[in-house]
Formats: sequence, structure tokens, C-alpha cells
Amino acid sequence: MSKHTLSVLVENKPGVLARITALFSRRGFNIDSLAVGTTEHPEISRITIVVTVVEELPLEQVTKQLNKLVNVLKIVELEAGSAVQRELVLVKVRADNETRSQIVEIVQLFRAKTVDVSPEAVTVEATGSADKLEAMLKMLEPFGIKELVQSGTIAIGRGARSITDRSLRALDRSA
Amino acid sequence: MTEQATGAHHPQPRARGAAPHSAHPAERVTGAQSLIRSLEAVGADTVFGIPGGAILPAYDPLMDSIKVRHILVRHEQGAGHAATGYAQATGKVGVCMATSGPGATNLVTPIADAHMDSVPLVAITGQVASKAIGTDAFQEADICGITMPITKHNFLVTNADEIPKTIAEAFHIASTGRPGPVLVDIAKDALQNQTVFSWPPQADLPGYRPVTKPHAKQIREAARLINEAKRPVLYVGGGVMKARATTELRILAELTGAPVTTTLMALGSFPDSHPQHVGMPGMHGAVSAVTALQKADLIVALGARFDDRVTGRLDTFAPYAKIVHADIDPAEISKNRTADVPIVGDAREVLADLIVAVQAEHESGHKGDYSDWWKQLNSWRDTYPLGYDLPEDGSLSPQQVIERIGELAPDHTLFAAGVGQHQMWASQYIKYEKPNTWFNSGGAGTMGYAVPAAMGAKAGVPSATVWAIDGDGCFQMTNQELVTCALNNIPIKVAIINNGALGMVRQWQSLFYNQRYSNTVLHAGDTNAGQGSHTGASKTPTAGTRIPDFVKLSEAMGCVGLRCDDPADLDAVIAKANSINDRPVVVDFIVHEDAMVWPMVAAGTSNDEIMAARDVRPDFGDAADD
Repeated sequence: MSKHTLSVLVENKPGVLARITALFSRRGFNIDSLAVGTTEHPEISRITIVVTVVEELPLEQVTKQLNKLVNVLKIVELEAGSAVQRELVLVKVRADNETRSQIVEIVQLFRAKTVDVSPEAVTVEATGSADKLEAMLKMLEPFGIKELVQSGTIAIGRGARSITDRSLRALDRSA
Repeated sequence: MTEQATGAHHPQPRARGAAPHSAHPAERVTGAQSLIRSLEAVGADTVFGIPGGAILPAYDPLMDSIKVRHILVRHEQGAGHAATGYAQATGKVGVCMATSGPGATNLVTPIADAHMDSVPLVAITGQVASKAIGTDAFQEADICGITMPITKHNFLVTNADEIPKTIAEAFHIASTGRPGPVLVDIAKDALQNQTVFSWPPQADLPGYRPVTKPHAKQIREAARLINEAKRPVLYVGGGVMKARATTELRILAELTGAPVTTTLMALGSFPDSHPQHVGMPGMHGAVSAVTALQKADLIVALGARFDDRVTGRLDTFAPYAKIVHADIDPAEISKNRTADVPIVGDAREVLADLIVAVQAEHESGHKGDYSDWWKQLNSWRDTYPLGYDLPEDGSLSPQQVIERIGELAPDHTLFAAGVGQHQMWASQYIKYEKPNTWFNSGGAGTMGYAVPAAMGAKAGVPSATVWAIDGDGCFQMTNQELVTCALNNIPIKVAIINNGALGMVRQWQSLFYNQRYSNTVLHAGDTNAGQGSHTGASKTPTAGTRIPDFVKLSEAMGCVGLRCDDPADLDAVIAKANSINDRPVVVDFIVHEDAMVWPMVAAGTSNDEIMAARDVRPDFGDAADD
């Protein structure tokens, strides 16, 4: 089993996300995390998909099938070493006058932020790699996690090159 | 075959669907008029369909079109299969039309069928008005959502201005690259609103770029392997037919001297009578073809996809073979069997380049020597030819019926089959010499395909004789389209191979379920008529089913109905059917129910376990071989 991060550039049109997620399940793949948003070009959306791959079902098959979708412009696999990967987490932790300062200390250690405070709870915002966030949540767990929400992973390659350039040229040509 | 009016079947990057048509000046029309103008401009001349509420606006201007013939079918499934039959007979894009909701969902089966067999099809469906979408309105169904996994692409149009562009894109996508079905769902208000029609529209498919030109290095490597191999096989699939590469295939085959096997989807792409043709591969393929692949040291797959019906148990398939796999769809390459030399490209371009590369190898003194291989192949072919025994009780043999239909058919006859035993016998005992003469449901295995597909083929090529080889089970699924044929001057011929049973399922019950014939009996038999579908088989050979009486049923639908149950009458009945060309003809051939399809590789087993006939496993001299 191995985890892979795919950046999929798609035309920003209705129903495209459904086409992509349905393809994964239809071909027997499970999506671990998903994040969607527009890019610097409003006509292109970027979907970041983290998928766990088992040996019998090679990822190549699903990327080839994805490439066949008419609305898909480009697929890039981002390797952990050569890309920056981030998740965002918002977590509501039980807190009282005794524990609040300990929680704030943990928050600072992880360079996270407290974004809301009430007499019974502290809400913490943190970004980072999945590993870092997991470590932070482990530290906060003993205080009591009342509510947790996590974004999908987003990722971008290191260096000056951009994966949107060539897709944009294709878009220009067709217009 | 007529030349493709709907544009490049041969994919050219960014080619538009409507090259021959000059630009139309912009003019004010309704969305419905814009749709019909678009269909005319893209070259669609025949549409199969049924109107209904949401698509109704489109049918009004359709009535005035002199370029587009609409054929009113009796069930939308018939419209879809007719469009695929039409597409395969003419090489153009098939078009079917239906209303929203149930009209659209009735198209699901033929769309899935076209998807599996890569048939260019455009399905146009009405949708409820855009404001009503998502409200569970009357006859609303999310047909785009429903057909997402079974179309190459689909569109929902809610703006009348987008109709010409969408139609042009739909035809382009359906007919280029790996062909397939495209659905265009148009909201009723988009059909009713005023818009401007102009042609050709602007292209807008930045994510659709099929690769057609093969990589030169891979071609050279393939040519090298072909000449290095001792036991090569050209494994030819439907892609060669769709790319119209049959001339190139023959040149390559004769240049190399390698044996050729054509799959169920490719029958006719290489003449059955050619000495290098070793038969059809697969579950019911010829022993020579199945064994050729098993023993090969090189398989050159051209537009074929290593389907499970061809490979049998995958991990034992062709254990000695290197694989050259050429396909226009990169996702097919190494999907089931890892390719040693992957080639992405249009089969025609691949073959043309391969011919040049193989010639270059020959000129530099490298020419494959397959003489020992041919000795083996010929011995398998001579020892295990296709064949059948005539029934001892003097009843008609289904194989004999089908063989004689093929032999007595006029030149340029087209054949369509349903799914089951009769389909396999039609693939085995009719000789296919020319491309685009055999239409069947290969990937999806859709019972009921034959009658509507034959109707579509005949509508597309009216000068050809069209025979539907059907079973009594299949026929009862879609026979109502004979009414369409009778009323629209589409005189097809239908052979019902009437064994009174769901024959292929019954064959499996005979072989694998201890002859317990659960729900495969279609006749009343000598058991209680009312219990017919429940109880076991009769002890005496059946006389097919007489409920319904297919002769009377056919006559009621405006056809000539004939019956044949005596081998002595067989040729005369077929000749009579061939002589009637003013109406559809249905012949009810009463055949023996115990006939089985052989050879057979049982599902899930290895191709090494092929049985030439019941309890007869060919002797391949394995002891010496392995």
C-alpha cells in the first residue's frame, strides 16, 4: 500500500467533480482526501486527491482513465519530497481555567493559532503536513476534543515551474 | 460503405466534425430549430427516436427537415441499438433521440452497449425546463448522472445559444479517438428560447486530444520483434475495423506471413477464407486460434483489449508471449496484460508505419521464419476444425441453419446477431470476408440486440440484404421493432433459432449445474403449460416454443412469417426468405434444444483447458512441449 497525491487540473464547469470522484470509486479506488478550488485562472479548477493504492490496482490505470475525461486538462503526481503539502484543521478543545494555559502552550509549540475562546473551550486553527497535525491532535486529545474538522490536502510543487502553464496554452488554442 | 459525412472518423487532432459544410450566416431561430440545423450541418441523415413532452419542441422543426430522416421506433432501446447498427454499417455516427425521464432511461442499455463496443453514437434527450431541474418534476431523470459511467462524455444544455457548439463537439468526440457514445441532454426551455444559429461553431475542447500518431521508436521495436519471433500471432480487435485499417492489416499479414486471429468484434476485418486466418479466439473460439495465442512467443495486439472472454484465466494466458499492444486508448494498454512494447495510436497509422518498418527489417536481411510454427498451426487446424453433429432424430441443427443462411446469402449481406448460442454459431459458421458486415453485442452481451441493430443497418445501407440471426429468447425482448421495419420500408430478414430455451444459459446448466434447468425453459413442453418457466426440461426433444407463435406474431406485425422444422426444406425456406424484399421476413427455425456451442473454455479457467467438444480436450503434445 502506498499513498499518492494527484493534482488534477480541470475545466471549471458544473459536474466535473462528480465525474472525477465517480471514476475513482468505479475503478475500485478509495479517495483518502480531496480538496477543490479555482486557480489563478478562473476557467481552471484544481483538484488535489490523495489516494491509497494497493498493489493489485496500479495507479497508472486510474490516471489514464482520468486523462480520458474530456474536462480533465492535466494530471500531475506530486512526490512528497518535491512538493509542499498542507492540510488545515479546526479543532474545538475542552478547556477550563486550569487547562487553558497548557493548551495555549501546545498551540504555540505547533505554531498554530487560537481563533476562539469561551469559558469551556478553545478553538484552534492549525495548518501543516498530515504528520504534524496528527502529532498536535495527539497532544490535545487528553484535554477532550469536542469537535474536529479537517480539510483535504492541498499541494504544490517546489521550484519556479508551474503546472498550469501548458494547460493554459491548450485552453487559449481552443478559444 | 458510404463515406463518412459526419467528419473525421480518422482522428485528427482538433479536427471539427463538419468539414464539408460552408459557414452559415447567423440567423434568429428557436433552440429546437438550431438543433435540427446543427444535425443537418454535421451530416446526420437518419435519427431513430420517439417524441415526448420535453423533446417535443425539437420534433416540430424535425418534421420540416428534408435532410434528416426520422424513424419512429416502438421502444427507445430499439432506437439506440438501431443507431449503433446504422453506425457500424455506414461508418457514420448513429443518432437516437428520446424524451426526458423514462424515454432517456430506456436508452441506457444501448448506450452502455455502444460504450463497451466503442460505437460512435450521439443520443439526444429532452430534459425538463431548466428551472424545474432538481425538483423531481414530471418525467425528470438525471440522465447525465445516470449515463456518466457509460458514455465517453455527456452534456447538459440549458442555454439555447450552446446547442450548435454542443452538437458539433458531441459528434467530434463520438467519432474520433476511441469512438463511443455521447449524450446531449437539452432542457425544454433551451429548445423553446430564441437564439442565433451560426455554423461552424467555435471549438472548445481543451482537454480532448486523442493521440493518433504512433511513436516511431516503438514501431521499430515491434517490427524487430515480429521478425525475431518464431511463433508470432496478430491478435486483431474491433479497433482495426473502426480505424478502417483492414487493407493495411492484410498487407502486414501477407508481408510477415504471421497467423491472424480476429476477435468477435473484428470478424470480417481479415477474410475468414484467407490461409493465414486461424479463426476467432476466446471462450468459443477455434482451437487453432486459442492455442496459437497460448503457444505464441509474440502477440501483436491491434485494437484489441485482452478481454476476459479472449484471455480466459489471465495469469495463465499466453505464458510464453511477449506483447506488442497497439491501441488508440492508452488506458487499454497494460490494463489486463502488461505490454512489452506499448504503442498508442490509430490502428491505421500503426499498421501503415509497421508495414514500412517490417519492410526495412526485411531489406536489412532480418525476416522471420515461421515455417515450424505453421506446421503446428496447420496440424491444430486440421485436427480440430469447427464442426457439429447433425441430430439423430432428424430435427434441424441450429448450426446447419446458420451455416446455410450464410452460404445462401446474396453478396454484400450484413449480419446482426443477438446474444447467446446463436450469436456464437453465427460467429463460427458464417464466413465473413469483408469488414463492417457483422454486428453484435460483444462487450455488453445485450440480448435483444439483433432486430433493432439489423433495422439500423438496413436503414443505413438499403441496398444490402440484412439478416438478423436471433434466438427465441432474444427475439421476445425487442421484436416490436419489426413494426417499425414494416411501416418504414426497412425489409430486414430475421432467423429465429427457436430451441424453446435460453440456450446459452441452458448449456451452462447442462455442463455446470447438473442439468437442473432453472428458468431457462421458454416453451410449454410436455410439462404443465402454466408452469413452463419453472419446471425442468422435457424428456423428448422439444419443438421450439410455439407460445408465442412467431409466424402469427410476425404476420401481425406486417411481416412475412415462415417456419422451418425439416432439414429437407431448409434451403428452400432460406431461398424464399431471400427472395422477399418488399417486407420484413421472419423465419421460425425449430431446432434441437440440446445443441451446444463448442469449442469452449469454461469461465474462469485457463485457455489451456479448452474443450474441442464435450469431454474432448485437444492433445497439444504438451508432454513434449512443456
